[in-house]
Amino acid sequence: MVERVVTGAHYGLRDWLAQRITAAIMAVYSVILLVVLVGGMPITYPVWKDLFAQGWMRVATLLFAASLAWHAWVGLRDVLMDYVKPAGARLTLEVAVLLALAGYLGWTVQILWR
Amino acid sequence: MANATTRKARPKYLSLSALLFEIRLPLPGWISILHRISGLLLFAAVLWLLFMLDRSLASEAGFESIRRYVDLPVVKLVLLVLIWSYCHHFCAGIRFLFLDLDKGVDLPTARLTSLVTLVVSLALTAWLGWKLW
Repeated sequence: MVERVVTGAHYGLRDWLAQRITAAIMAVYSVILLVVLVGGMPITYPVWKDLFAQGWMRVATLLFAASLAWHAWVGLRDVLMDYVKPAGARLTLEVAVLLALAGYLGWTVQILWR
Repeated sequence: MANATTRKARPKYLSLSALLFEIRLPLPGWISILHRISGLLLFAAVLWLLFMLDRSLASEAGFESIRRYVDLPVVKLVLLVLIWSYCHHFCAGIRFLFLDLDKGVDLPTARLTSLVTLVVSLALTAWLGWKLW
């Protein structure tokens, strides 16, 4: 009988693929943000505030944040699977990572739509 | 024929000293472990970066306080490390995406792209650091 570990991999392609798709989304956002920050006018408070007041920027940033959360989850899960062997400790850390990422995502929404 | 004086000590175990001093990681291996380390650093920094984004967008006074905050040398140093982490994670990640597509998997190309990843991410860090300062 195959021993299934609750904190093991899910033997699937989904996480692997999600990590790569979210990476591509974040890469595109990073380049756009870099062009805006470096190519545009000096960043003063009105410029900064107006940038994040625009609808496309809010949605793009939310997409980035959601991608980051998913991407980081897969990455951290990989790291925990490699280095933390006891199932209880690994599960505890995995839950902590998920809670942190969910909290960060909620905070991001709050920052963007204040 | 191998005798006791020329034969290498086998089996070899992965002790800390072996990892640090005896086993030399090839360049693609360094890119890989640095990708992991930079990813962990970035994850650890999310809370701090969100805090700064929050304050900087909350009010003009908050923006100015963050501007003064990032002027502190120690904060700049940490930011520089994070900028490197981002650049390295970005460049190495793109390299891994190509490897996933079976591009550049032969040894000479893999070594060359590792070097390119290292150099480009350091150059990007230097440029962005110069912009920050």
